[in-house]
Amino acid sequence: MQDNAALNWKKPKAKKKEKMLIQTIKRLLKNKLAVLGLVIIVLQVILAVFAPVLVNYSPYEQNLSETQLGIGSPEHLLGTDNYGRDIWSRLVYGTRISLIVGISSVGLGLIGGLTLGLLSGYYRKLDGVIMRIVDLLFAFPGILLAMLIIAILGTSIVNVAIAISIWSIPGCARIVRGSVLSIKKQEYILAMKSIGASNSRIILKHILPNCLAPIIVFATMRMATTILSTSALSFLGLGAQPPTPEWGAMIADGQDFMWTAPHMSIVPGIAIMLVVFAFNVVGDGLRDALDPNMNLDV
Amino acid sequence: MKAQQPLLETRGLKKYYPIKGGFLKRTKNHVKAVQNISLKVYKGETLGIVGESGCGKSTFGRTILGLEDLTDGSILFRGEHIEHLSDRKLKKYKRDMQMIFQNPFASLNPRQRIGSALDEILVIHMKQSKAERDQSVKNLLLEVGLKEEHYHRYPHELSGGQRQRVGIARAIALNPSLIVCDEAVSALDVSVQAQVIKLLKELQVAHDLTYIFISHDLGVVRHLCDRVLVMYLGSMVELGTSDQIYNNALHPYTGSLLSAIPRPVPGRKKERIKLQGDLPSASNYPSGCPFHTRCPIAQEHCKMRVPEWREVEPGHFVACHEV
Repeated sequence: MQDNAALNWKKPKAKKKEKMLIQTIKRLLKNKLAVLGLVIIVLQVILAVFAPVLVNYSPYEQNLSETQLGIGSPEHLLGTDNYGRDIWSRLVYGTRISLIVGISSVGLGLIGGLTLGLLSGYYRKLDGVIMRIVDLLFAFPGILLAMLIIAILGTSIVNVAIAISIWSIPGCARIVRGSVLSIKKQEYILAMKSIGASNSRIILKHILPNCLAPIIVFATMRMATTILSTSALSFLGLGAQPPTPEWGAMIADGQDFMWTAPHMSIVPGIAIMLVVFAFNVVGDGLRDALDPNMNLDV
Repeated sequence: MKAQQPLLETRGLKKYYPIKGGFLKRTKNHVKAVQNISLKVYKGETLGIVGESGCGKSTFGRTILGLEDLTDGSILFRGEHIEHLSDRKLKKYKRDMQMIFQNPFASLNPRQRIGSALDEILVIHMKQSKAERDQSVKNLLLEVGLKEEHYHRYPHELSGGQRQRVGIARAIALNPSLIVCDEAVSALDVSVQAQVIKLLKELQVAHDLTYIFISHDLGVVRHLCDRVLVMYLGSMVELGTSDQIYNNALHPYTGSLLSAIPRPVPGRKKERIKLQGDLPSASNYPSGCPFHTRCPIAQEHCKMRVPEWREVEPGHFVACHEV
């Protein structure tokens, strides 16, 4: 008996961890809309990663003898634009830009938002100052704030990512602060204090893991907003510069030919719509799946 | 017993919470959660603190552990003042004073395995290797009546009683001399309560522990405690040995508390002392004796003068003009 127990001592660890993750995934997969969203996101990632394999033409290659071909042309499945560039190639390469800008600016925004949120939620003295700064950032309409930052930094896709990440900070900071405030009052935090744990240990090991769920949801939803805003800024000419195959820029390119070649704008428009929809429904699904109270029911 | 140095002593301990309001957030008033508690706790004893909810028992427990800043007064641990120590200096004393919390569902981090929660305490305070700590955690689990397999469990996989055992393991992990049990068994059902109380008693003998047992359950307190302090509205009302309090209660408030214990004796109608009125607000503290607004034997002078804390028989203290 004793030997048995000693043998099994290390074993169940991996199994248990797996179990909790699997529970969350299972709950997510029960949500049909979220599954649809996941499929779209996975497709998008595949497109971005294998872009060179999936296209026959370079996104920059102009062919002035084949301009404004419609959807379903034998050589160009999604047609060509006014310079004869293959829209499918541009769409696929545009996926890369959307994903990279989305992930990097959400990542940067999370780092900033988490730091500010944790500090202001945990330390009462910093709360007033940090939250007033956050209020200040909130006071600007998002796109306007991004335009302001781009006006200072100059127009480029990197600056778009920076601008959007700064715009993500206040929302994230508020969500984190709210979670920290409620978690801080929990008895297990009090217990850690009575044991004599340091503040940094309490924040990083006990508060942060318990407020991750709303942050994951926020990050997913934020991806949608970020991709949409990147396109919006590029559409306005503040982000990706031609001939970069960015979706928003593609819509802008197409707007002069709305009557003769509507697919030039409609195709990237649908791509943006699908991706934004996908991230939003996955975010919704994650919110339900990550609810810690549901752990008890399974 | 009385001759020895007390393990813990509080002198005139006060804890007020400011009520802020108005345009400039000025302090308008105070909630007087704990009023003038002077108390000695001796090594090896179990001191019960009873009183109705909101009477400041938990605040008192948290204040002596340094989880709340005190407003006034002093706390002495083994004869040394600890009330104004910085966190770093306090860490040494925190090893010696631990707490068991009321709600076993809230007192464990839901995203941390039981083993790692216990391990963490040892990481903070002991310089030990991983293998040594593993061994200690295993021993702790066995000692509080859990099994080694619980090492890898999450709190939500355990029952309330098992979780409270984890809470107890956490409290004894550093081999403290004083444990504050804040309503430690109140959230458990009666059969589990009995097991946990039994465990607490066994641990007390094995580790030479001193308990401050905060509870509203007078039955449990009688069973477990050597001495009992009755609190009302943040003030001390009566203090004595279990025997003195339960068989010879002097203060009218203690009497009414005791008469509220349900006694399942068929056919006997017990006399119940029912108090009139509600508990006064601690922010609007009554003058004189805090109990005079509800006291069945209150006199005119009770409204004016705060009753003295006097010893009526050896070890039996009471704060009342009329006894």
